[in-house]
This record gives sequence, structure tokens and C-alpha cells, in this order.
Amino acid sequence: MNAIETSGLVKVFGDTRAVDGVDLTVPAGTVYGLLGPNGAGKTTTVRMLATLLRPDDGEARVFGHDVRADPNAVRRLVSLTGQYASVDEDLTGTENLVLLGRLLGHTRAHARDRAAQLLEAFGLTDAAAKQVKHYSGGMRRRLDIAASILNTPKLLFLDEPTTGLDPRSRNQVWDIVRAVVAHGTTVLLTTQYLDEADQLASRIAVIDHGKVIAEGTKGELKASVGVGAVHLRLRDADQRSRAQQVLTRALECDVLLDSDPVALTARLTGRATEQAAEALAQLAREGITVDTFSLGQPSLDEVFLALTDKSGKSDTSDKKEAAA
Amino acid sequence: MTVTKEPELLPAPKAEDLAAVLLETVQPTRPSALSASMTFGWRAVLKIKHVPEQLFDVTAFPIMMILMFTYLFGGALAGSPGEYIQYLVPGITVTSVVMITMYTGVAVNTDIEKGVFDRFRTLPIWRPAPMVGYILGDLLRYVLASLTIMIVGLILGFRPEGGFVGVVLGVAVLVAFSFAFSWIWTMFGLLMRSEKSVMGVSMLVLFPLTFLSNVYVDPATMPGWLQAFVNVNPISTLVAAVRSLMAGGFDGNAMLWTLGYGLVFTAVFGALTMRLYNRK
Repeated sequence: MNAIETSGLVKVFGDTRAVDGVDLTVPAGTVYGLLGPNGAGKTTTVRMLATLLRPDDGEARVFGHDVRADPNAVRRLVSLTGQYASVDEDLTGTENLVLLGRLLGHTRAHARDRAAQLLEAFGLTDAAAKQVKHYSGGMRRRLDIAASILNTPKLLFLDEPTTGLDPRSRNQVWDIVRAVVAHGTTVLLTTQYLDEADQLASRIAVIDHGKVIAEGTKGELKASVGVGAVHLRLRDADQRSRAQQVLTRALECDVLLDSDPVALTARLTGRATEQAAEALAQLAREGITVDTFSLGQPSLDEVFLALTDKSGKSDTSDKKEAAA
Repeated sequence: MTVTKEPELLPAPKAEDLAAVLLETVQPTRPSALSASMTFGWRAVLKIKHVPEQLFDVTAFPIMMILMFTYLFGGALAGSPGEYIQYLVPGITVTSVVMITMYTGVAVNTDIEKGVFDRFRTLPIWRPAPMVGYILGDLLRYVLASLTIMIVGLILGFRPEGGFVGVVLGVAVLVAFSFAFSWIWTMFGLLMRSEKSVMGVSMLVLFPLTFLSNVYVDPATMPGWLQAFVNVNPISTLVAAVRSLMAGGFDGNAMLWTLGYGLVFTAVFGALTMRLYNRK
């Protein structure tokens, strides 16, 4: 069964179509990434799925329950970690978790045990009796996620869970998310960090201007932009134009000159590894010295820029995107 | 906002512990409407515990009110402060408590902007519970304010004929009415864009309601058109009911009106509050 199915989901705020016909299918037990820039409609989509906003049009089902017709059935299965920590800043860590435990229907004693257990597992025992307003960003996030898994939801919404966190805290949040998924919870992750979607999500929908502009596995998305890219740095800038000719012939594709006077980039289309090896050999035969050489799949950044660029051009033709 | 530096050695979450806590399989039963509301009430009490300064308005404000009006108007209106206070205390208790009901709206308004509200709204609980919880927590403040005034009143020479029982009954009616009246503020708390505008609207409603009433002077001394308003003002009927209870009597008519107003406020503003809450 699919965890989420939406078709033609629409939400309008005034003149803005914040979400404009979104179709999503999220298989149960996976991490699904919703990737997009600020204001793309990610949070609005999540809020509709979490029963916080009523869709204006279209359909959305969470494990088969319609979010409009049966919001309470949906609420029993989901939990939300919002963009801004969804915990009460005036209360302590323990009080926050006990409060939620009670609201979920646990006895006072069990709610207290569970709170202590979660705080211990999330490394927050020392801060348990402190008010959350004195927590650091990373600690808040952890408490927030602890609150979300108090009852081990079937579907967890993580709305930009690592925005504003330092790299170490971010890695810790990622570890937590992986543990949650390993336990069988489905995660819908929104993020504007491609790196994060790359790390965690198995399928990704790229969303921009309220529409899904691309959807697929990470590999599929990357392949849609090309097989891979070769980056070269030469020792001598004078040899660059000759290197460009050699590479263009050998790789049968466009070779771009980077702003760095010794660097070149080629976007491959065919059998990446073989072609690249051959090109290197030819450069050596021509007496061109290569300092560094790298071959890789296009990064999600490249995918993202390529895709959002396309969708941006379709509705604002006069907009000129500077090539990076 | 206070930011505390994260301790250098803050332990990282432990993978094995995480696996263990995720194994929670106790599926609890949905809490009853009462239990959920009481839990939110507990939250309000915890907030008072962490920020006790917020009780300033339920203690200092009533003391100021009773001292000011007793000595300012007492001599002119009733011959002496000592006589005036017998008339004033029930009314000033009502005024003080009704005035502080507006903080319910302020609390709702400041909370709604925060992420924690999203979490509450995604819980499978009785929908009005968070709102009822605010008001339940505030009942404690109302009782505290009433108690403060009674103590100061007794010191200043208030001698209610209804005795202890009459006073307790009077306060009970007042607190019950305030519960109903607070739904106006939960509505404004959800409707208004900022804390300041909630305060502004509250003052606009509360000043005429509390002053154009029988709290300070006998309505018989007012012009007819004003009497017409004063006599149907819910604050007047409430004051009349509380005053008679504290004086050892029972004003059936005023009590009936107060009950009626309470039911209407709860039904109308409770429904509007929930409508806004569900749409927010």
C-alpha cells in the first residue's frame, strides 16, 4: 500500500497558487524527498497532508484515508516535525514529552517512563529539566523528533529538519532519520539541500512554483541531465584551447571552459568511463599535462539547477539565468 | 531569545538506544475530551510555574483597583470609603477578573504563531481541548485574583453579610461566567494578527462593559438611555448576582440572566473559535 497518494492537489492563497496540481505517490517504508527552493510549495503540500490545511482542489490519501473526509484517521497515523521546532519553548524537555504522551493517551506513569527513555536515547538527559528556550538549535531538533516518534508513527513528516543546523547536528539528525526508517516508518522529507535528499531519500520529487517538475529515483533524476561530468585542471593555461579540441573530438560532446583559466568541464552522454579514459590517453599523447582529473555523476545541484532553470524559463521568457 | 552554547561534550544520540525506543508498541487509547483538556490545563499551570511573574497582573492589578476606587470615590459616592467598600467589593472583583480574561486571548495569539500549535493540531484528540485547556489554566488565575481582592477588601473593612459561604458562592458564579466569557478572547486570539491588536480590541470591549455597569454607582442615578444599556449589560447582571450572594441573598432574575449570557457566549464564541481554529 502507498503511504501517500495525491492527485491534482491545489491550494490557493489569494492570487498565489501555492500548490498547483501536485501528484505524488509515496510507497510505504521509504524516505521520499520533496526538493525545491523557498516558496516552491513544499511546506504547503506537507501541511495539507498533515491535515493542517484543507486542499482547495484535488485528492490526497494517507494510507488510504482521505485527508478531507477522515482527518482523524490520518492524524492517528502521522506525526509532524515542522520547519520551526514544534515543541513548547516555555516547558522543559521532560514536560514537553510527558505532555504529548498524555495527549496521545498514555498513563501518567508510562508517559514519564517513555519521556525519560527518549531523552536518554537522544542524548538529552542532562538537559531534561531545562526549559527548551535554553536549548541549542540541534538539541531542539532532536527533542522535536523525539516528540514525533513518541508513538512511532507510520508516516513522519519532516519539514526542513536540518535548516540552520551545524554540520555535526545535521549528521545526527540524519542518523536519527535512518533509524526511524529502518524501523518501518515512512518519511516525507522536504528540503532545499540537495545533499540531504541525496543522503536520505530513495525517491525525489522536484517541486517549483507549486508544480512537480521532475520525479524519480536519484539515479533517474541525475541521468536525465546526462551520464556524468568530467572536470579537468591543466598545469598550463596556454594548453587549454588545444585540450578543448582534443576532448571535443574524443568525447563527442561540448567541452566548456570554466572561469578558472586552467579548468575544463565536459558533460558526457554515452559510456562515461571508457570515453573518459580514452580522452585522458589522447591528452597525454598530445603532450598536455593534466593536474587533476575527476569523473562523476552530475550532482543533484546540477540536476536541480537544470530543472528549475527550465521551469523558470517556461513562464518568464525574459528571465536570463547566468550559467554557473 | 536566550541562546545557550551547546556543551562541547553533548552526547550524540546512540544508535542502539534509538533502535530500542523505536520498538514502542504500546498503542494507547485516545484520551477522553476531559482528559485531553485537563492535560492542556496542566500545560497552562506549568507555564505559570516557569514564569511566576505573569501572576503580577492577577494580584497587583486588583489591589490597585480596589485601593484606587475605594479612596477616590468612597467619600463622594457613599459618604465614606468604609461604606462605599461594602457596595464596591463584589463589583470590583467582577471587574478585575473580567479584565484579566483578556490574557487568554493574548496567550492563544502568541502560541498560534509557534510550531507547537501545529503539533497539537495534528494530534487525534478532541478538537476544542487546547482551547478549553487555556481557559482551565486561567480559572486558577481568576480564583487567585478573587482571593487577593477579598483579602484586601476584608482588611479595608468589607464585611459581607453572606459570610464565607456567600463569598465562595459569589466567586464560583464569577469564575463560571468568566469561563464562558473567555471564549470571546480565544476567538480574538485566533482572529487578530498580533498580540497588540488583541490587547487593543480587548480594551475596546472591556472598558465600556465594565464602566457602563452597576459596578461603581447605582444605575438609578444615570440618565434613562444609559440605564437601558447598563441594565442589559452582562457585567451588570453578573455583578447583581454576585453582590446578592455575597450579601447573603439570592437574586434569581440576575442569576438567570447571567446563566443565559454564559450559555450564549459559550455557544456563539465557542463555535466561532473552533471554526477559526480548524481553518487556521
